Amino acid sequence: MYNVEELKERARQALDKKAAFGDDLDLDTFDTSFVPHKYLAEEEICAIPEEEQKRLIMSGLDVTDKGRGGTYLQKDTAVIHCHSNEEGIQVMPVTQALKEHDWVKEYFWKLVPVDQDKYTASAFLELHDGYVIRALPGSKSIYPIQACLYLDKENLQQNVHNLIIAEEGSELHIITGCATSPHMKRGVHVGISEFFVKKGAKLSFTMIHNWAEEMDVRPRSVARVEEGGVFINNYICMKPVRSIQMYPTTHLVGDDAAAMFYSIIVGTPGSHLDIGGRIYLKNRGSRAEIVQRSISNGAHIINRGHLIGEAPEIKAHLECKGLLLKGGIIDSIPQLEGHVEGVDMSHEAAVGKVAQEEINYLMSRGLSEDQATSTIVRGFLSVDIKGLPEALKAEIDNAIDASNKDAI
Amino acid sequence: MLIIEDLQVELAGKTLLKDIDLEIRPGETHILFGPNGSGKTSLLMTIMGYPQYVVKKGKIIFKGTDITRAPINERAALGIGMSYQRPPTINGLKTRQMVDICAKTKVDTVEIARSLNFEEFLDRDVNAGFSGGEIKRSELLQLKAQNPDLILFDEPESGVDIENMALIGSTIAEILQKDSQKANNPKPVARRWEERTKMGLIITHTGYILDYVPADKGQVLFDGVLACVGNPREIFQCIGQLGYEECVKCTM
Repeated sequence: MYNVEELKERARQALDKKAAFGDDLDLDTFDTSFVPHKYLAEEEICAIPEEEQKRLIMSGLDVTDKGRGGTYLQKDTAVIHCHSNEEGIQVMPVTQALKEHDWVKEYFWKLVPVDQDKYTASAFLELHDGYVIRALPGSKSIYPIQACLYLDKENLQQNVHNLIIAEEGSELHIITGCATSPHMKRGVHVGISEFFVKKGAKLSFTMIHNWAEEMDVRPRSVARVEEGGVFINNYICMKPVRSIQMYPTTHLVGDDAAAMFYSIIVGTPGSHLDIGGRIYLKNRGSRAEIVQRSISNGAHIINRGHLIGEAPEIKAHLECKGLLLKGGIIDSIPQLEGHVEGVDMSHEAAVGKVAQEEINYLMSRGLSEDQATSTIVRGFLSVDIKGLPEALKAEIDNAIDASNKDAI
Repeated sequence: MLIIEDLQVELAGKTLLKDIDLEIRPGETHILFGPNGSGKTSLLMTIMGYPQYVVKKGKIIFKGTDITRAPINERAALGIGMSYQRPPTINGLKTRQMVDICAKTKVDTVEIARSLNFEEFLDRDVNAGFSGGEIKRSELLQLKAQNPDLILFDEPESGVDIENMALIGSTIAEILQKDSQKANNPKPVARRWEERTKMGLIITHTGYILDYVPADKGQVLFDGVLACVGNPREIFQCIGQLGYEECVKCTM
């Protein structure tokens, strides 16, 4: 069960523990103290400066709440807005939920080890806030729930912990963004996310990152998917950032459970992006797919993918494609691990440049060389994500289109 | 009109075409015969403007403009289009979007696709996993939207099954204004023939296309040189009976 003292002890011992991958950060040079911000009512939230609204929209958060089933907005360390419009869907700040509901403790630090590294330890010992989003059994979110973690305070280390729970037979779609205010330069974001997809439930989680050039980002997320459950995890990061290191992991623990990871990454000069994805297929009939698309405009991008088949009749595929547009390094590391007979696992990986033959083909249809190149790059980035509501799909396309203009 | 004068072309330092003279007038369709490796595709790619085909000598003039050094897209804008034998796949670009790219003005994509029995492919990525015949129909779909004045066909029959040959043959005839005249057209036939503007250059191995497109001239490209010029059916017959080498001998 939930034992605060034990967690504290383990966290303390891990405070200097480096992460397995990525640049090591000196967390002492960042500030974790609380930054007070006023809670905003619905009409107030619409009145925030237009420039900030734009940054939020780029990350999927629409302050007007149109086409959304609920909202969670955190600025620096404080929750400034939180509500749900849909019956059967709960949206709460995690600190408040831990105080008010005992059941929350059954999920808190259950999947991510608190002593995994200095980031998990720090997120436990100096937690700011985060969200709990839960779909009650059988409930289906009509519109996606939106969540945004916004950074405004220079040199802040933002520690966030999110719990996402899709109860039996429920369907939940979440679009979540992380963004920094236009003036912000340096900071760290540490985000712990634990996903629970129960029997027959379906959860889609779409994360769009819009960071600043000197931001370091260390998400730590683990999901657990039960029998017949489906977990779709989309990640989009096309804006400059100093470093991101993450290795989201999913455990498929029931028969016929499925997980799909899709990531679209554009790296700018100076960025160091170490993006992984790992799925354990532990039961018969489970399926997993990891699709990664990366473009380097001078960044160092590492794509790790790891599929572990531990039961027969599982099917898993990893597809990793990188495009070097303007220099940089793309390092693609796909890994397949089969533990029993009867697993069906495959991968394809490719790193290259835009094919001249394709450019010429489009030019012979009337496009200029630049138009042809951007058309091919846009095609490269358009991943056919299955299982998303149409509106959410369109939104992802828009986000990619908007960022694509800067990508080339 | 397309005029090619004394053209010499190299690919990776090797001369592929030499002493090429060719003239295609508005309304004319020419057939290009020749054995494998004789330079037929190279000639089409050179006219389209593929930069790896380096023009060492001579000129290409289209509609009065010297396009010898023009980039591919400028040639496309002037009205040159090409149906490729093996076009590349463009992942993530739907065939529907490709049709929009081709069309300078708004076209009814679904209607054109329907005429080619190709509607179900509109939402597939361009050429991704297409069979030989599907590639040809995709190319024709794009060309119908693009509506160029000079169309270069690189083996439009290759990989096409018997069932689709008629569809592809008649579509090419239509694009080149060589289709059989409809009965209710008020203009006299001779007048309509005079008013034809489209030009075509078709590479064929099998000659099937001759059953659908009444071509004006046939030419044989042999070893990088344009040899015989004449009636396309006669030339095809000669090649069939005597082989390329013998056929070319008679005129060289």
